[in-house]
Amino acid sequence: MEHIDHLKVFETKIEQDINIEAKDWMPDDYRKHLIRQISQHAHSEVIGMQPEGNWITRAPSLRAKKILLAKIQDEGGHGLYLYSAAETLGIGRDELIQQLHDGKAKYSNIFNYPSLTWADIGAIGWLVDGAAIVNQVSLQRTSYGPYSRAMVRICKEESFHQRQGYEIMAKMMAGTAAQREMAQDAMNRWWWPALMMFGPHDTDSPHTGNAVKWKIKRQSNDTLRQKFIDKTVQQAEVIGLTIPDPDLKWNEEKKSYDHGEINWNEFREVINGNGPCNRQRMSNHIKAHEEGEWVRKAASAYSNKQKLRVSQ
Amino acid sequence: MENVKDTQWPIWEVFIQSQPGTPYKHAGSVHGSDKEIAMQNARDTYFRRNEGTSIWLVPTDCIIASNPDDAEMFFDPSNDKAYRHPTFYTMPEGALNI
Repeated sequence: MEHIDHLKVFETKIEQDINIEAKDWMPDDYRKHLIRQISQHAHSEVIGMQPEGNWITRAPSLRAKKILLAKIQDEGGHGLYLYSAAETLGIGRDELIQQLHDGKAKYSNIFNYPSLTWADIGAIGWLVDGAAIVNQVSLQRTSYGPYSRAMVRICKEESFHQRQGYEIMAKMMAGTAAQREMAQDAMNRWWWPALMMFGPHDTDSPHTGNAVKWKIKRQSNDTLRQKFIDKTVQQAEVIGLTIPDPDLKWNEEKKSYDHGEINWNEFREVINGNGPCNRQRMSNHIKAHEEGEWVRKAASAYSNKQKLRVSQ
Repeated sequence: MENVKDTQWPIWEVFIQSQPGTPYKHAGSVHGSDKEIAMQNARDTYFRRNEGTSIWLVPTDCIIASNPDDAEMFFDPSNDKAYRHPTFYTMPEGALNI
């Protein structure tokens, strides 16, 4: 039997932009990196349902309520696509959820900020989903097949999310002085955390090396962040919102915006559990998981009983 | 029942037919304790926007996949049979509708 140089086959595929599939040989670190990244992404979708869920009962119209419900259901669906992709790597969803509850797996920092007013629902859709889209569009070309396909599916659904958020902001900016103030306040609170969603600067990003080499990540944190800034500034201007960054200015030479310093201390504080809502988000998730336990067990017991009946 | 460990239920692969007449295409997977619940979950997860008109579900452990390590050898027999393609044959000048 001919000996197969698995690493070489793998590296050739990566080099030629041929996707890696679930049953293909892959280096352990590639698998580990993917499990960490995809599960973090999945957890983010699911935890991200909470700040928006906070406003379902208080949405200002039936139209707004229906849209918000549909959006939150999408986030749940996106979480499931991603858990499904992670499971192809040989890890179970129960284990992934356990890692989240044990604090071993992270979710996006952004969801540790509170949604204080209705304008926050606009800002989350426009800025948070807007930032996520920039990242996810890039990830459609990630090297792992199941992850890439999940991203394609998610991207198809996300642009509704961003547009409904921007519509909320535009409506409020066309409203009363109090509404405009509320919209600007949401902008002020969400702008910087949205920029932090892209992660540390390229020079300080601990996971970038292998992820780029293996084409898990196709564009760097700073490149993606810049893309987001460049397209969002104009959208803010159109509806009369001010970007809360006095150092933001157009750079004619590089044809994009220069921006002010990001507060990385705040980023680290929130990652380490000291954001405004970390404990609440996690305890809600654990509570929902525990309260659903009897349902999962009952359905399993019912299924076992049916199987016994068939075999008798 | 107390001894049942936390279960996320068995996994089912979901195949979607986008419209009648087209082939079924793999969409992803869902968890379900039985086929009815798996079907409901597949609909809620993969059919929120008119994605199709029909679903196939297959328990994941029933899928038999070819071994990627053997791919070259396994699929090799189809590489050297040009006579299986219509372009292999020379047709007489002037023959129509063939």
